[in-house]
Amino acid sequence: MRTLHKFHGGVHPPEHKTESSRLPIAAAPLPQRLVVPLRQHIGNPAIPIVKVGDHVLKGQMIGAADGFISVAVHAPTSGTVSAIELHAVPHPSGLPDLCITIEADGEDRWTERQPLDYQTADPDAVRALLRDAGIVGLGGAVFPAYVKLNPDQQKIKTLILNGAECEPWITSDDLLMRERATEIVSGVKIMAHLMQPEEVLIGIEDNKPEAIAAMQAACQGTGFAVVTAPVLYPSGGEKQLIKLLTGKEVPSGQRPINIGVLCSNTGTAYTVHRAVYHGEAVISRIITITGNVTKPQNFEALIGTPLGELVQLAGGARPDTSHFILGGPMMGFDLLNHLDAPLTKAINCVIAASPALFPPKPAAMPCIRCTQCAQACPCDLQPQELFWFSQSKNFDKARAYNLFDCIECGCCDYVCPSHIPLVSYFRYTKSEIAAQDREKMAAEQARQRFEFKQMREEREKAEKAARMAEKAATAAAAKAAAAASGVEDPITAAKQAAIQAAVERAKAKKAEAAAALPPSPQPSPAGGEGVNNTEPS
Amino acid sequence: MISAILVMVLLAVVLGAVLGFASIKFKVEGNPLVEKIEATLPQTQCGQCGFAGCRPYAEAVAAGQAEPNKCVPGGDNVAKNLAELLGVEFKPVGGDEGVGPKPRMVAFIDESTCIGCTACIKVCPVDAIVGTTKMMHTILATPCTGCELCVPACPVNCISMIPVGQNIATWKWQYPVFELTVMANRRPEK
Repeated sequence: MRTLHKFHGGVHPPEHKTESSRLPIAAAPLPQRLVVPLRQHIGNPAIPIVKVGDHVLKGQMIGAADGFISVAVHAPTSGTVSAIELHAVPHPSGLPDLCITIEADGEDRWTERQPLDYQTADPDAVRALLRDAGIVGLGGAVFPAYVKLNPDQQKIKTLILNGAECEPWITSDDLLMRERATEIVSGVKIMAHLMQPEEVLIGIEDNKPEAIAAMQAACQGTGFAVVTAPVLYPSGGEKQLIKLLTGKEVPSGQRPINIGVLCSNTGTAYTVHRAVYHGEAVISRIITITGNVTKPQNFEALIGTPLGELVQLAGGARPDTSHFILGGPMMGFDLLNHLDAPLTKAINCVIAASPALFPPKPAAMPCIRCTQCAQACPCDLQPQELFWFSQSKNFDKARAYNLFDCIECGCCDYVCPSHIPLVSYFRYTKSEIAAQDREKMAAEQARQRFEFKQMREEREKAEKAARMAEKAATAAAAKAAAAASGVEDPITAAKQAAIQAAVERAKAKKAEAAAALPPSPQPSPAGGEGVNNTEPS
Repeated sequence: MISAILVMVLLAVVLGAVLGFASIKFKVEGNPLVEKIEATLPQTQCGQCGFAGCRPYAEAVAAGQAEPNKCVPGGDNVAKNLAELLGVEFKPVGGDEGVGPKPRMVAFIDESTCIGCTACIKVCPVDAIVGTTKMMHTILATPCTGCELCVPACPVNCISMIPVGQNIATWKWQYPVFELTVMANRRPEK
């Protein structure tokens, strides 16, 4: 038995797992229309590579990865692209985003699938396959798996498969492990092949005995260790699970890979297996529909299925349903645009909420600085201080108190005797700081561009002046050279010659006239003749 | 008596030498205040403060020749930060009412009206306009700071300012607000 290391804080809210875990995973029927968002992962949204009117096949790439932190998106079924436009998406803002709408043709015909022998293939080829199959972390962060599964000269000691699923109500990972343990373990083998860790640990909370048994059976002979952990929210948080299983703490502002650990979700391992062994892209996932519905259950549904249709499959929401929660009650958010939004890779659960199941929180009272939140914080932060700074919009101070280590798990909200919505304050402060950073970066770029423009204008002015000076200098030099060599201008020379010729002719005429005159008296030696001669004739 | 004077003189000489050395060795290049002020400004280079860009304004503020509440795009936030930086009393931008930071705008060229005169290209402080003589111009939305300098420069009035809306990537969580409700069973005050 492996020794477990306790992480700081944590809470134990009512689990509510059995509602949806009694029935097996059901396959959701093919919907008429599927809406596939291009932004289903962290990083740049995919670029559409199909046009309206194109016919696409199931599993065909319809959006290509844009840049390094990005992955592809795929057609979940065969059909015709009917629109590429803004559509409601599951997001806390309720804002629409760019989506590709596909009208299903009902044939559900696959595109050509190309499995890969990962044992002999180049690791980079395996990673390229993962990128083009659209594989992202399905634990919630939706970070591109091909970027994460790159050791990049780092030595990985421990690979952790996260099957804790600590959030109440959600059972999608539980059911996946129960029913498809062999495929998950096969996916973990591929990950282990890429990362070459010394040990592989599979962490599961002990409220899932069937899943633990199934995973233990699947791990026979692989050397992977299934570790059971006591139920304590949020043991499924990446850094908390790492602490729990290895005793190592990820330093503030760093990633697990910096301490030689890599953590991945069970759903991700399953999609890795499907991509490598079957050449299938991520076009479906398991989602829990629970809460105030008549038949809570897990469904395997195509990405792009309207969430409303899935709620209908679970028997529909009861009349007293007030709203729908996406994700769990601790970390999830209210679905503002109701149930038009499609299923995306990130969504593992929809809870129909009613005032009976989720009574409205009493009005917030002033903070009494009891520090119960600090005792419950699994990141060892001081939520009461962060609340103080967030409330007064003292963003620098909040950042200095490591606000960005907060995982928004909601433990502080849960224990607060004054019912203060602490996480709402932290989310507000985080997004304000992020916006400020973006503005600062934009200002810095504008300054650089302005300075470059000024530099360019100065340079152009200098270049123009230099050109003018050069021209003037060339002209002056040419003149000087002409004067020095004595070579006359051809035009001047011709003129000079004409003048010279005219002078010669005039002289000759004069001489003729002089010869025709009668001889004059003898000229005096004083040169009187000369004087006469000069007289005009 | 003499020894006391000598000690004091010696002390003065030594300390004077140390101070003199320090003033050369640790000399501050340029005015660090200008850099700090410039880092606070939004770098739109719009000239609405009456100076030819953010840097000249920063220099003027640092030299005490300009008020720290002249930056219109930055609004009261920038004015507040500058007042804090300079240790002076905060005065709102544009009189007593004060203005918040302007919503971010980008310039847009109506391409059917553009005559390709390059007048806007010459005034754009961040080189965000692409085009050449007798060719249609267009504005690159990302580097455009929304300074509006190109709007009056256009002889055919084909440039308009469009507010930049929120999208999922730029959306921000709101500050938590609560509805206040009057308790029903409260006794009326006398």
